Amino acid sequence: MEYLEFELPIKELEDQLQKCKVIGEESEVDVTETCAQIEMKLKETQKDIYKNLTPWQRVQLSRHPNRPYTLDYIRAICGDTFLELHGDRSFKDDKAMIGGLGKIGDQSFMFIGQQKGYNTKTRQYRNFGMANPEGYRKALRLMKMAEKFGIPVVTLLDTPGAYPGLEAEERGQGEAIARNILEMTRLEVPIITIVIGEGASGGALGIGVGDVVMMLENTWYSVISPESCSSILWHSWEYKEQAAEALKLTASDMKKLKLVDEIIKEPLGGAHKDREKTFSIVSNRIMKSYEALKDLSPKDLISKRMDKYCDMGVYKD
Amino acid sequence: MSWFKRKTKGITTTTQEKKDTPKGLWYKSPTGKIIDTEELERNFFVSPEDGYHVRIGSKEYFSILFDDNKFKELDSDLESKDPLKFIDTKKYPDRLKAAQNKTNLKDAVRVGVGKSKGKDLVVACMDFAFIGGSMGSVVGEKIARAADYSLKNKIPLMVISKSGGARMMEAALSLMQLAKTSVKLAQLADAKIPYISLCTDPTTGGTTASFAMLGDINISEPGALIGFAGPRIVRDTTGKELPEGFQTSEFLLEHGFLDFITVRKELKNKVNQYLDLILNQPLRA
Repeated sequence: MEYLEFELPIKELEDQLQKCKVIGEESEVDVTETCAQIEMKLKETQKDIYKNLTPWQRVQLSRHPNRPYTLDYIRAICGDTFLELHGDRSFKDDKAMIGGLGKIGDQSFMFIGQQKGYNTKTRQYRNFGMANPEGYRKALRLMKMAEKFGIPVVTLLDTPGAYPGLEAEERGQGEAIARNILEMTRLEVPIITIVIGEGASGGALGIGVGDVVMMLENTWYSVISPESCSSILWHSWEYKEQAAEALKLTASDMKKLKLVDEIIKEPLGGAHKDREKTFSIVSNRIMKSYEALKDLSPKDLISKRMDKYCDMGVYKD
Repeated sequence: MSWFKRKTKGITTTTQEKKDTPKGLWYKSPTGKIIDTEELERNFFVSPEDGYHVRIGSKEYFSILFDDNKFKELDSDLESKDPLKFIDTKKYPDRLKAAQNKTNLKDAVRVGVGKSKGKDLVVACMDFAFIGGSMGSVVGEKIARAADYSLKNKIPLMVISKSGGARMMEAALSLMQLAKTSVKLAQLADAKIPYISLCTDPTTGGTTASFAMLGDINISEPGALIGFAGPRIVRDTTGKELPEGFQTSEFLLEHGFLDFITVRKELKNKVNQYLDLILNQPLRA
């Protein structure tokens, strides 16, 4: 397990606890009480640290190298029923955007999400979760397929942004995202969206227009990453903490601003600390959201979705 | 003895009497061509020698598109708030105030409805001079209301984009304007009301990821910068030198994202020609 800087006190106590147990096993000394004390202190420290996370610390947690990614969720939730589908039918298959069909219980869902890699090689293969236009077009193709057969859509958001590359511009990155956003506002099946990691700007929103939009507790969602915001507004990379603060990008801020509907609590220390528990919580929330949406007629579904987005924004009239 | 003798000492001409050239009488285009500003205005703000399309704002576009410059402005009182209490090197409300004082505008878009070649047209035009034409809640709402007006009165909508993207000081609220404006464009499309997107220099970021690329036709002016990621970001990310003309309107036309490019002088004609053709109406002269 890797530790972030602010988690170091936890690591220290965990190491102590480990040593204490080893001593107990290897010698005749009774360490039960010492170990119990350390354990208690560990729990308190954990609670303390994770209760008072700053926005920047949450950003760090959202990018934790051990954090589960889109395919981890889908495979855990759907098991063998998952069938991955590839390609945008006009250019290529984008590895940074994955999609496919799978079941939760008896119900089929179309899953779509950005995919990151877990080591150097797979990170490159997945382009760090930064999709190209063909990724967004593949996502749209799958959504339209789902619509045709009345299958609800689940999108999992985890991207540092749409890829700002030369070829991406040539192939119309802006147009691809714009088209997705527009078509998602009027898709005739339920769309359930969950931010599972990073929700960076248009790259995230390009698969993020939903009837229910949820954020895991330690994720962020905004118009720009704190680093880029710092570089543009402060003309330096040094102000990322302030930028994270200013952007109001945490789940609780986004809920307060009514830009997302629900927050999903994570196990103490983050989604990666207890992956199985995270997967089961997310699976339950998908089903719960689906139950609430499934009986709406397409017309009601769309008009509710449209109204929700039309209400977003704060201005003086 | 000197040939000339100064009768009074020092410079005595008052500031008013000085024979200075008044400011703004001449305009210099990027290629160095110089033109009289009045002549520039008569020439649709295009430098006649090199065809350079000068960046202009809503005031100028309205004068070009509406007959006799007559139009009714919609929602002109809408103003930004500071819902996030956003502070970077400046407070957001201070930035807003400074922009308002500098530009005499309330925010980065104005909406006008009037006759263009005798028929009604709704035009939402962005102003780059106002915080880089950035899109926050006000821009989103005004474009949404412009679309509502179009829907209600069955009048074609034209949006003139000129923007650096979403407004950072409203963070995710700005981002969601992409969805909000798209909702309205979807409704307009379902009602079969034509929507024309004119991308002008520059059209980047959030605007290209929403209304700027969603027109029944997307059109542009010569030499405009249009792209999702700005050229500097693309260069920094890829480490490649950008090809000549990258992200110009000509580049986008070539790659299939624009229907046509028109010089400003022909803008009004071309827009109305399209509307007459697509609505199967007799062509207006």
